[in-house]
Amino acid sequence: MTFRNKALAIAMTAAASVAFTAPAMARDTIQIAGSSTVLPFSSIVAEEFGNSFPQFNTPVVGSGGSGGGLRQFCQGVGAHTIDIANASRPIRPAELENCKENGVTEVIEVMFGYDGIVFASRSDSGSFALEPHHVFQAGAAQVPQNGEMVANPFTRWSQIDSTLPDQEIVLIIPGSNHGTREVYEETVVHPGCDSFDEVKAMDRDAKTAFCNAIRTDGRVVEIAGDYTETLARLDSQRDALGVFGLSFYDQNRDRLQVATVSGVVPSLETIGSGEYPVSRPLFFYIKNQHVGVIPGLMEYAQYFLSEEVGGMGSPLEDAGLIPMDMAERDEITSAVMSRTLMD
Amino acid sequence: MNMEASNTESTSLPDQTDLAKKRDLMQQRVSRSLKRRHNQETRFKLMGMAAVGTALAFVLLLFVTILSKGLPAFWQAHISLEIYFDEEIIQIDEKPVRMVNESEAAFNQRMLAWQTQLGFVNFNRIILDAISKEIPEARDYQRDAMRLVTSGERFGLRNMVQEDPSIIGTSQRLWLLADANVDVWMKGNINRELGDAQQQLSARTRDWVDELEAKGVLKNRFSTALFMNPDSRSSLASAGLAGAFVGSLMMMLIVMFLAVPIGVASAIYLEEFAPKNKLTDLIEVNINNLAAVPSIVFGLLGASVFILWFKMPLSAPIVGGLVLTLMTLPTVIIATRSTLKAIPPSIRSAALGIGASKVQAVFHHVLPLAIPGILTGSILGIAQALGETAPLLLIGMSSFVASVPGTPFEQSTALPVQIYLWQGNELRNFFEARTSAAIIVLLALMISLNAVAIWLRKHFETRW
Repeated sequence: MTFRNKALAIAMTAAASVAFTAPAMARDTIQIAGSSTVLPFSSIVAEEFGNSFPQFNTPVVGSGGSGGGLRQFCQGVGAHTIDIANASRPIRPAELENCKENGVTEVIEVMFGYDGIVFASRSDSGSFALEPHHVFQAGAAQVPQNGEMVANPFTRWSQIDSTLPDQEIVLIIPGSNHGTREVYEETVVHPGCDSFDEVKAMDRDAKTAFCNAIRTDGRVVEIAGDYTETLARLDSQRDALGVFGLSFYDQNRDRLQVATVSGVVPSLETIGSGEYPVSRPLFFYIKNQHVGVIPGLMEYAQYFLSEEVGGMGSPLEDAGLIPMDMAERDEITSAVMSRTLMD
Repeated sequence: MNMEASNTESTSLPDQTDLAKKRDLMQQRVSRSLKRRHNQETRFKLMGMAAVGTALAFVLLLFVTILSKGLPAFWQAHISLEIYFDEEIIQIDEKPVRMVNESEAAFNQRMLAWQTQLGFVNFNRIILDAISKEIPEARDYQRDAMRLVTSGERFGLRNMVQEDPSIIGTSQRLWLLADANVDVWMKGNINRELGDAQQQLSARTRDWVDELEAKGVLKNRFSTALFMNPDSRSSLASAGLAGAFVGSLMMMLIVMFLAVPIGVASAIYLEEFAPKNKLTDLIEVNINNLAAVPSIVFGLLGASVFILWFKMPLSAPIVGGLVLTLMTLPTVIIATRSTLKAIPPSIRSAALGIGASKVQAVFHHVLPLAIPGILTGSILGIAQALGETAPLLLIGMSSFVASVPGTPFEQSTALPVQIYLWQGNELRNFFEARTSAAIIVLLALMISLNAVAIWLRKHFETRW
């Protein structure tokens, strides 16, 4: 009998504990998710923040890409939703609209620095001096030739331009859930695409659709996961050319080399000065309705924006972030601290 | 010709030779077919051995690669420094002591203020002072010098002062964790021939590392950081498994306390008490189907039901535990049922025959005999849950968590997810080994769980 009673008691407690955990729990740890480009920076700040402020817990940082993070961010208000979304591109109007529909009406946008996007290949492969139109021609579904659009005939880089190395075209780009993809399209593919007279003649929508179409014969590989996946591809395929953030390249300089774009070598200096064309600002978005409910949100933002965390010679710069200049930093800090909302 | 010959022979020597010939023929046929059958057997044996051999070779390959990559990561570069807790640098008030009539809140307030004051102390200066005792020119190249020690050690020193402020003004020799890139350089995980532009450390720091290593100041020592610290991204060398381990442990406990009782209870009911009809057949089929559902589906369920519906916290071991419970339940039920089935009906009949009720027969006689089988099934189910990653990714447990969870409602990760996260770290040269080390820890846990299961089976097994 005792055995049965015990078993029953355990089963009952178990069932009861399931039932009682159902109500929402208050949360005192900041929850962040989003862009895998921002993830390293965000994680470093979170960890230092937790170590430096004894009164706050260490924020928790998830990935999922800019799109994934913003979708989670816009799921609603409450302790079961995230407080901050990291993004390597500005929030889209449609996403903001979706936020508002779900009750996330107050959003604070914080820009915290810049990142460059680099084209990297294995250090034992040929070195690339790319122009935007090379990249477009290598990856597009159709390319203009003698006034007509033809299915992409290029299989080797040297067929596009004789100055490029004579190796197979294998281009590894981030999937559409990555903010990096959008920047890649806007700053490299579109300028490259626009340089053709045939494209210039198109109307706006047709042009965007034409330029963004990527070839589907396996020469362009989209990576939905983290950049380590891109790196693994590069490790296994000598000919592959991968697209990722400068910070990622920086930690793997021993096995990678970067391509110049329009003749400029990507570096902290050339990206900071805007000379290197493929760079973008990085953001995070704060749910203002959680400020005061989840402790430490504004302090985290302030800490993130402070000069000693994200300025010159800071841990974030060591991790590959390109700092904002002082004037920009002051302006953004005061806007964020006065909790200026997006409309 | 032959025909004729045989004809003449058969006429001259009748039956006997004919029979002998037939026997010969038969024997030949048998021995031929025997040879064929023997060959068949040898072939099959060889194929079997080849199959086993291939499987073993793969397992061996797996272990050799993981061990050869991971074992070195258990030893990590440490630097021995004479740390002087300089009272000039650490200028703080007395550590507050709780007064007799002070409320807890007021004391916490004062403690927090003191901790904040301590937080402003620049412990990097103390580390730099200590480094310059080993390398005189370190002061002129502060940035290069600070690359020797991992950045998290300044918080380690702060915690030492926080624990015991009386060490201010004294000095002691400590082994501090060296930077991840120092470790990479010392172990030769980066090509040492590469030029400056491709190296992570500056030429000056590299020379210092070699010099200090020769002096014995830099040394590979057993890394307690790997076990004692939570994950880290700002101080890569101190990234450890503690947070993930505690998270996994909590989930295992939840699985143990939910899946095992519920699973065993339903199995006993279904096997011993439930009437055999269409409904119980349907339930049985569904349990079997549930066992075959891919684990990621349970993750989706957890995300939509537990988090969005019940509004439970994200990335919390409680949600992970519940999801894994759902996943483990069918395994436990099926294992328990087959154990119960294997117990001879004579035991039940004997119990019923001397007047026991059905409940008594089951709980006093059948269940005790079934315990080893149930335990084995449960442990294997839990071990399977321990290694599960996919459903956890969907409930936010793949986040970066830099603290050890105190309750199942706090954010945490799990061991297999930690492996996935480290595998994705940018600093491949350091984390390749660290990932394999984490795999070794997980495998060791799995193997010990399975060993316990085997031991239980052997120890309590009853044979009929």
